[in-house]
Amino acid sequence: MKILVCISHVPDTTSKINFANDNSKFDANGVQFVINPNDEFGLTRAMWFKEKQGATVTVVNVGGLETEPTLRKALAIGADAAIRVNTVPTDGFSVAKQLANVVKDGGYDLVIAGRESIDYNGGMVPGMIAGLTNANFINNCIGLEVEGNSVKAIREIDGGKETLSTSLPLVIGGQKGLVEESDLRIPNMRGIMMARQKALTVVEPVATNAETISTKFEKPAPKGAVKLVSLDNLDELVNLLHIEAKVI
Amino acid sequence: MSVLVYTESEQGKFKKVAFEVASYAKAVANQLGTTVTAIAMNVSDTSQLAMYGVDKVLNVANSQLDNFNAKIYANIIKQAAEKESTKVVIIGSSANSKYLAPLLAVELNAGFASNVIEVPSNVSPFTVKRTAFTNKAFEFVQITTDVKIVGVSNNSFGLVESSGSATAETFSPVLAESGMKIESVDKVAGKVSIADAEIVVSAGRGLKGPENWGMIEELASVLGAATACSKPVSDLGWRPHGEHVGQTGKPVAANLYIAIGISGAIQHLAGINASKVKVVINSDPEAPFFKAADYGVVGDAFVVVPQLIEKLKAFKAQQ
Repeated sequence: MKILVCISHVPDTTSKINFANDNSKFDANGVQFVINPNDEFGLTRAMWFKEKQGATVTVVNVGGLETEPTLRKALAIGADAAIRVNTVPTDGFSVAKQLANVVKDGGYDLVIAGRESIDYNGGMVPGMIAGLTNANFINNCIGLEVEGNSVKAIREIDGGKETLSTSLPLVIGGQKGLVEESDLRIPNMRGIMMARQKALTVVEPVATNAETISTKFEKPAPKGAVKLVSLDNLDELVNLLHIEAKVI
Repeated sequence: MSVLVYTESEQGKFKKVAFEVASYAKAVANQLGTTVTAIAMNVSDTSQLAMYGVDKVLNVANSQLDNFNAKIYANIIKQAAEKESTKVVIIGSSANSKYLAPLLAVELNAGFASNVIEVPSNVSPFTVKRTAFTNKAFEFVQITTDVKIVGVSNNSFGLVESSGSATAETFSPVLAESGMKIESVDKVAGKVSIADAEIVVSAGRGLKGPENWGMIEELASVLGAATACSKPVSDLGWRPHGEHVGQTGKPVAANLYIAIGISGAIQHLAGINASKVKVVINSDPEAPFFKAADYGVVGDAFVVVPQLIEKLKAFKAQQ
């Protein structure tokens, strides 16, 4: 089985988010970048397929040179090879088109992406890859088993979960549950050394048009201080929620 | 040219979100000077939609659609969009709507903006405001394609009633190949889901053990709320994974989020801070959640929660 894991290069959750160029562009200055958490759960599941079922695992990112350390980290975790599509992403749809092209070129059976990236939170790339490559698609995937061509998967639904059977080729939008947090791997020295020898192929992008254009960013207004209610005056809390906040 | 809105249903009845997206669609239709057409699957009575500004309902009746399938549903919405020559499609932010949206975008070759929180700030160029960076910022996005898809964030627009009537039309689209079979569904009946809830009551390690969740369930039941929990609680197996809210768990965009015994780690806040009003109950006044909350009580959950339940019961009895 040939697996492609899509890796988004995102600011660490604890990063301060700032914007540059008159609030039109994300300011990467001083920001620590990581593998998108939803993608990391998928990558870890891919490692399981590699180790137990002999799958080959390629990781891919659409981005500039600055994203290569993130791909190297994925290689250090155990992916066999990496691909970087050499273009700065503008919108979800064009990223999906780039990735769909990589999928078609490489003949991958299973594409594992995260349900959404924690930067732009578009949540559209996995489904669009499936649509563009005519593959089956499972979003919010929290369990995945593959035998030959047959797939059994679990999808988180609002208020529960459902078990699905389908077949390859398949794209999933993965999340925690595919593996647990405790299964995530920290690259060891051997992995880091080996990652340096692994192939990181740079491919040029296909021509796409942006379907959406990000024009401006705003930060939420600073929050007022919390209103503290004393322990022996909970009637006040009920009143505030009813009269002031109007939520009960 | 009418605005098309996908109105979600469950077991033959509209979900509340259907009325919110219909209200939103009406506002967009007013901006564009056009009407609203809704697409519904297997809904026995669609007349309620008229109250939220829908002019025409395409109701698909087909038992094969009783279970949601993203590919088939997306394809039906596409057929409806073509039939209505729609330029703007409105959907919600449920797990199912987010599942079908990218498939629909490919089918319609449409730009898609998710997590949209306001009516378009401009219709030419078509510009919407959405949340990004896990609610640490807002992004203004122009959708430049001929057909546009807007995913409205839960509880962001609310219900707006309008007068009028809706014509109902039976719509019989061709069903696509699903490529997928549902083997089983595991869903707790009669419980408000986190996605559908207006109020979410969430608890953390401060509760000391799973045996203490009775008062959380009771508080939720008094408020008609969904129950949720922090990541450590789900990792410890005290509560099911489906209740975990936060960056790697379920997102919450409730009107009221009550956090009990949750310190407020940044990963937790990232998942819940789209909620409008936040209340924290924690014995540690230094807990970071107090900086993110609107209202707070410094106190032991085992003292505060039972009292709060009594106060709320008295309040509800008066209403």
